[in-house]
Amino acid sequence: MGSRSSHAAKIPDVDSIRRETGFSQASLLRLYHRFRALDRTGKGYLSRLDLQQIEALAVNPLGDRIIDSFFPDGSLRLDFPGFVRVLAHFRPVDEEEDGNRDPKEPEPLNSRMNKLRFAFQLYDLDRDGKISRHEMLQVLRLMVGVQVTEEQLESIADRTVQEADEDGDGAVSFLEFTKEGSFLVVEDGHAQLQASILLAVGRDFLFSTIPSRVSLASLEPCPFSRGMELSIWPGLCHVPTTKAKK
Amino acid sequence: MLRAALPLLGLPLAGAGATEKPTQEPGSPGEPPPGLALFRWQWHEVEAPYLVALWILVASLAKIVFHLSRKVTSLVPESCLLILLGLALGGIVLAVAKKAEYQLEPGTFFLFLLPPIVLDSGYFMPSRLFFDNLGAILTYAVVGTLWNAFTTGAALWGLQQAGLVAPRVQAGLLDFLLFGSLISAVDPVAVLAVFEEVHVNETLFIIVFGESLLNDAVTVVLYKVCNSFVEMGSANVRATDYLKGVASLFVVSLGGAAVGLVFAFLLALTTRFTKRVRIIEPLLVFLLAYAAYLTAEMASLSAILAVTMCGLGCKKYVEANISHKSRTAVKYTMKTLASCAETVIFMLLGISAVDSSKWAWDSGLVLGTLFFILFFRALGVVLQTWVLNQFRLVPLDKIDQVVMSYGGLRGAVAFALVILLDRTKVPAKDYFVATTIVVVFFTVIVQGLTIKPLVKWLKVKRSEHHKPTLNQELHEHTFDHILAAVEDVVGHHGYHYWRDRWEQFDKKYLSQLLMRRSAYRIRDQIWDVYYRLNIRDAISFVDQGGHVLSSTGLTLPSMPSRNSMAETSVTNLLRESGSGACLDLQVIDTVRSGRDREDAAMHHLLCGGLYKPRRRKDGVANTEATNGKPPRDLGFHDTAAVILTVESEEEEDSDSSETEKEDDEGIIFVARATSEVLQEGKASGSLEVCPSPRIIPPSPTCAEKELPWKSGQGDLAVYVSSETTKIVPVDMQTGWNQSISSLESLASPPCTQAPTMTRLPPRPRAPEEPQVPLKLPLSSDPHSCFAFPPSLAKAGRSRSESSADIPQQQELQPLMGHKDHTHLSPGTANSHWCIHFNKGGRL
Repeated sequence: MGSRSSHAAKIPDVDSIRRETGFSQASLLRLYHRFRALDRTGKGYLSRLDLQQIEALAVNPLGDRIIDSFFPDGSLRLDFPGFVRVLAHFRPVDEEEDGNRDPKEPEPLNSRMNKLRFAFQLYDLDRDGKISRHEMLQVLRLMVGVQVTEEQLESIADRTVQEADEDGDGAVSFLEFTKEGSFLVVEDGHAQLQASILLAVGRDFLFSTIPSRVSLASLEPCPFSRGMELSIWPGLCHVPTTKAKK
Repeated sequence: MLRAALPLLGLPLAGAGATEKPTQEPGSPGEPPPGLALFRWQWHEVEAPYLVALWILVASLAKIVFHLSRKVTSLVPESCLLILLGLALGGIVLAVAKKAEYQLEPGTFFLFLLPPIVLDSGYFMPSRLFFDNLGAILTYAVVGTLWNAFTTGAALWGLQQAGLVAPRVQAGLLDFLLFGSLISAVDPVAVLAVFEEVHVNETLFIIVFGESLLNDAVTVVLYKVCNSFVEMGSANVRATDYLKGVASLFVVSLGGAAVGLVFAFLLALTTRFTKRVRIIEPLLVFLLAYAAYLTAEMASLSAILAVTMCGLGCKKYVEANISHKSRTAVKYTMKTLASCAETVIFMLLGISAVDSSKWAWDSGLVLGTLFFILFFRALGVVLQTWVLNQFRLVPLDKIDQVVMSYGGLRGAVAFALVILLDRTKVPAKDYFVATTIVVVFFTVIVQGLTIKPLVKWLKVKRSEHHKPTLNQELHEHTFDHILAAVEDVVGHHGYHYWRDRWEQFDKKYLSQLLMRRSAYRIRDQIWDVYYRLNIRDAISFVDQGGHVLSSTGLTLPSMPSRNSMAETSVTNLLRESGSGACLDLQVIDTVRSGRDREDAAMHHLLCGGLYKPRRRKDGVANTEATNGKPPRDLGFHDTAAVILTVESEEEEDSDSSETEKEDDEGIIFVARATSEVLQEGKASGSLEVCPSPRIIPPSPTCAEKELPWKSGQGDLAVYVSSETTKIVPVDMQTGWNQSISSLESLASPPCTQAPTMTRLPPRPRAPEEPQVPLKLPLSSDPHSCFAFPPSLAKAGRSRSESSADIPQQQELQPLMGHKDHTHLSPGTANSHWCIHFNKGGRL
C-alpha cells in the first residue's frame, strides 16, 4: 500500500521534520509508509477513525486516550509531521547529547521530561497540570481489570493520589508525578529523575528488531515493579535504602 | 526456624537416603531375641536416615554459628564458610575413619539436593525482569557457555601440546573438550549463594543468575555429547554425530522447557480444584515440580530448565489459587529446602575435597585451567556484551561486564559431573577431578570473598529496595499499554506488542482455565498492590503499637492499670504526630486530667493483632478486655467498639459447589474507640476536645473532602491512636496516612445487603446518635475524624474465601459484653456497636 518509492524526498518537509524529531531518514521513510497505510482512503491525513481501526488498539484500555494524544487541541486531522512528532517521544534518550546540548534549543521530544509529560497527559484529561482524584479514578477504572466496585476503586484512587501528593492539594502535579514519592534518587552529586530512567530500562534485544533508531521501547517502564518483586528475592531486599530520599 | 524445619526436611531426605544406601545389615531382627530385651540398640535400622538428618543438622547448626557474628558473615560469604567447615569435617572424618566418607555423591546431588534450589529460584524468579532480559540471558547462557567450553578445552589441549601439562595427563582433544564443557558452566548454586549477599542491581543479577540457570541445557548437552564421543573414541565419530549433537541441544533445551511447562500447566490446573483440601496445596506444588524434574531427568532432558520453567510458569496461577496460608507454607518450605540443600552441598563439597585418593595433581593443568576460565569468561562477556549493546536500550557498561566476568562462579554441578566421568574411558579423570575441585574452591572462596569489595570499589549500581507504591504499579501498567499502543500505531510487532498479545491471551483463556473463578475475578495487580499495602500497614501498625506500649513501660494491654505519666507521654506522642487517620484499630482510652484537658487519650494495644483468625475470637476478647483504666477522673466515657469482620468475596456463583468456606481467612478487626467528652458537657465540642497546642492538624485528606461522611465530625471527639506516625520513622507517616484510606476501603466495599448490626447496650447519648451513629477510633484532630455510618460500613473486603455467617456475629457478642465489664465503670455511658461486615454482594 502506498507509494513504493523509497525516496525520503517524497515526504514533505522531510528536513525540518528530521531536525525537529531526530529521526533518521530511514525511520522517517518507514513511518511515512505506515502513515500512508493507515490512511486508508488516501486523504493525506489521519482521522481518529483511522487509528481506531487498528485492531489491537481497540482492546487497549488506554487506546482511546492514546489516540487522543495524537490529536492535540481537539483537532480532527493528523498530518504526517504531527504523527511523527508524537512518535518522537518514544525515541531513546540521547544520553550523550544531554550534556552538550545547546541550552537555547528547545528540549528534544525524546527527553525524559517530555516522555514523562506524554504519559502525564494521558492522565490529565483537563490539561490543568494536575491529576485530580477524579482523573485518577478514571484511569484506574480503565486499568483495573477485575470487577472492583466503584467504592473500592475510589479508595484505591484516594490512596494513589495521597501517595504521590506531596503538597497536600489533593492532586498529583507533574512534579509529583515525576517524583513518584521516593523516586528522586541522588546520584553522583546531581539529582536524577529515577522515574524517567526507569522509562528506559532493559529492552530485550531479541524482540527489538526495529531498524534504525526508532526505538519504540524507550518509554519502557521499569522492568518490574521495583520493590514488589524484590521482596521475592530475600537476598536483594535486605538492602537498606541508603540513597537519599527527598 | 531452620532447626524447627529439620524434622520436616529429614523425612523426605531420609527416605531418599535409605534408597541410596540401603542399610548394610538387617541387624538383629533376623534372630529371635533370647528374651524380652529391656533395651535394644538398633542403630543399623536407622543408620541411613539418621546420618542424613544428622548432616543436615550439623550444617544448619554451623549456619547458626556463622551468623552469630555479623562481622564474619558480612565479610565472608556463607558458602565459603561452609566449604571450609566441610574441609575441616572431612579432615576429622578422614582421621577418625581412615577413609573418606560422606562425600557429595552425584546421584544424591542431582536427585535430591539440586531440585529444591532450582525450584526455589525458578518459582521466585522475578518473571518480568527475567523476560525483559531474556535475550541477553539466552545469549550468555548459550553462546557464552559454548564459547567457554570450546575455548577452554581447546586452550588446554594447546597447553598440553606445548608441553606445559605433564605427560602423565593422558588426554586428547576430546577429553579436554569434555572437561571444558563441564568446567565452563556457571553454577546456579554458587552464583545464588554469593550474589544474594552482594546485592548488585537487579538487571545484573538476573543476567548472571538467569545465565547460570539456562546454561544447564547447554552443559548437559555438551557433556553428554563429548562424553559419548570420548566413549566412542574419536576415530568413530562421524559427521552425522556432530549434527546429532547440535540437534540434541535443541531437543534437550526445548524438551526440558516443554516438560516444565506441561507440569506447570498440570500444577496450576490441579490447584484450581483444591479448595476443599487446602492442606495438600503446598505438597502439590512440590510434588509436581519434583515430578517435572524427574521426568526431564528420565528423558535425559535438561532437568534444571524443566523445574525453572515449571516454577516460572505456574507461579501466577498457583498463587492465585491456593490459600493464603498455603502460599506462606510454600514459600517457607521452599526457602528452607533450598537453604538446607545449599548448605549441605557446600559442606559436602568441602568434605569431598579431602579425599585425596580420587584426585591427582598437575600444576600445569590446574593453573592453566584457572587462567583460561577466567580469561575466556572475561573475553566472552566482553564480546557478547559488545554485540548485545548494539541492541539493548540500556547498554551494559564496563563495570557490569567486570562483575559479570568475575561473577562466573563454578560450583557443585561441575564437581558432580566430573565425578560421574568413567575412569576407564577418561584416563585423566583424577587430574580433572583435582582441577575441578581447585576451580570450584577458587571461584567460590577467592572470587566469592573478593566480589563484594570489588562491587563496592567499582561502585556498581546496587539494588535499591523500593516499597511498592500504587503509583509505580499504576504507571508501570500505563506505560506498558502506551508502548503496546504505540507499537500498534507504528505497526511494529515488537516486544511490547507480543507481550500485550500474550497478556490478552492469558486473560482470555489461560487464566480462565487455570484460575478458580473467585481468584480470577479478584486477580489484578493494581488491586493486589493495594491490598498488600493495606495489609502491611495494618501489620506494621500492630507492631509499632506493641512497641510503643512496651517502650513506655506499659507492657501489655493485659495490665490492669497504668501509670498516668506514661499515658500522658503516649498521648502527647500521638498528639504530635497528628495523623489524620484513625485507622488504627487500637483501643484508646481517653481520660481527662484537670490540668491538661486534652491529655486524656490512652492507647491500648490491640490485643494480639490487628486481625486474627476468626477462631481465636475468644483470645481477642480476653486481651481486649484488659484495658487498664486510669483511676483518674472519668467524665464521660464513650466507648464504641467496632468489629469489622472482613470476609471474603467468595464465589457465589450460580454454581453452588463453588461456595467454599475457609476458616483461616476470616479476619477480624477489633477496635475500640473511646471518645472523650468534656466534663463541661460540650456534647458537640469536637473541636475543643483536642486543643493541645502541639497538635498539628493534618490537612484533610481528599477522601475526607470528597466523601461527606468521612468528615463527619462527631459530637464525640474520638481519639485515635496515631502513634505509629510518631514512633515510626518518618517515612512511615505517609504510609500511615495512606492507611486511612485502607481502612476505609476495608470497611466500605459495598455489598448488596445491609450490614448486620448489633447494638448491645442502650446508648444513653441519644441526641448525638442520629448524626454519628458510630465512631471509629480517631485521631485527636477532629477534622480527621470519620465515622462509618451503618449504611456505608457495609462490607469488608478481602481476598479470603469464606463467606459470612451469622453465627460468627453471635460469637462476637460475648466479646463485647466481656469488654464491657472489665473496662467501663458503672454509670458510664457507653455504647457498643458490633458491626458485622460481611461481604454479601458479589463484586
